[in-house]
Amino acid sequence: MNKDFNKFNSMHMDILKELGNIGAGNAITALSKMLNRKIDMKVPKAKIVEIKEVNEILGDPEKQVVGILLKMSGDINGDILFILEYKSAHLLINMLMGNSCELENEFTDIEMSALKEVGNILISSYLTALSKLTNLNILPSIPDIAIDMAGAVISYPAIQFGKMGDSVLYIETEFSEGAEKVIGDFLLIPDIKSFDLLLKTLGVQTYGENN
Amino acid sequence: MEKIIKVGMADLNIAAYPDKLTTLALGSCVGVNFYDRVKKNIGMAHIMLPTCSSTMKKTNIAKYADTAIIKLFNSMIEMGSLKRNIVAKIAGGAQMFAFSSNNELMNIGKRNIIAVKQNLKQLKIPIVADDTGGNYARTIVLFSENGDLQIKTIGHGIKII
Repeated sequence: MNKDFNKFNSMHMDILKELGNIGAGNAITALSKMLNRKIDMKVPKAKIVEIKEVNEILGDPEKQVVGILLKMSGDINGDILFILEYKSAHLLINMLMGNSCELENEFTDIEMSALKEVGNILISSYLTALSKLTNLNILPSIPDIAIDMAGAVISYPAIQFGKMGDSVLYIETEFSEGAEKVIGDFLLIPDIKSFDLLLKTLGVQTYGENN
Repeated sequence: MEKIIKVGMADLNIAAYPDKLTTLALGSCVGVNFYDRVKKNIGMAHIMLPTCSSTMKKTNIAKYADTAIIKLFNSMIEMGSLKRNIVAKIAGGAQMFAFSSNNELMNIGKRNIIAVKQNLKQLKIPIVADDTGGNYARTIVLFSENGDLQIKTIGHGIKII
């Protein structure tokens, strides 16, 4: 498994971005329906970063975020993370539950559970879109939630990568609602074998393949 | 002027008085801190995984507990520190997502802590302070002035060990 991401060229990266576009597009449509609001999505990014800098992917590593993580298994292995800024998560919950809770408050158990479920629904729609497009079997795990510093939340999937190499390839899609009030991110982080498979299914060869 | 030197993920660094070392948002990673009580030299490693042997790539030795601790120790000695003056403080090794608890192998935080302690024991460097485990992130700052290790968290306060 001595592989790295150097073999990926700009065409590969463009295809990965498109995967992010399709997956997150589906998820954001679901969110938009759930909230009955218009949500804007930014152009996805596919990036390779050194492990050293991983905890800065989302900006300030100490920024408090809500992270909902699902593990993928089946044909594709890896993690998928749905990240909301702390205040955004409160806004989202207020919109969903008709609350008017202060944005600095701690989350109650019911709110935590609701966030987890929103994450679950959105990530599942993301993966459904990917699965349909590629005809691959992608099984999501049950969701789990962490509310803490961005750097520590993002380091969880990064560690899985750390076992194999010194860099991480991830596909990021940012979205926002209204006047940038609810800001969130989807991070798709498959392992390197899954990247090869994803690209292969879409008819693109990656060089230096061992399998 | 004193500087604050940042240590990234899977990275290590050393510094001399009056500089400080810091690493941000330790999750399941473990921060290993060395302090030379006489010369006030300090060293910090942000360790990601327990051992190097379980992996194929060995390019970044700062990533693993076994290789990083030895490298950090040697760097301290090169700076002129004597082994008998070096003490260690460790922090981190949290479990950010609960579902890893079902599986011991998945609980990287715990495995990192065990590996760090084992390696320090082998080197015969005493651990004088320890703030590990839990389910929350930590930002740490190591002061060369007195070897204090400041630990900042969200919702679990700030403390010095």
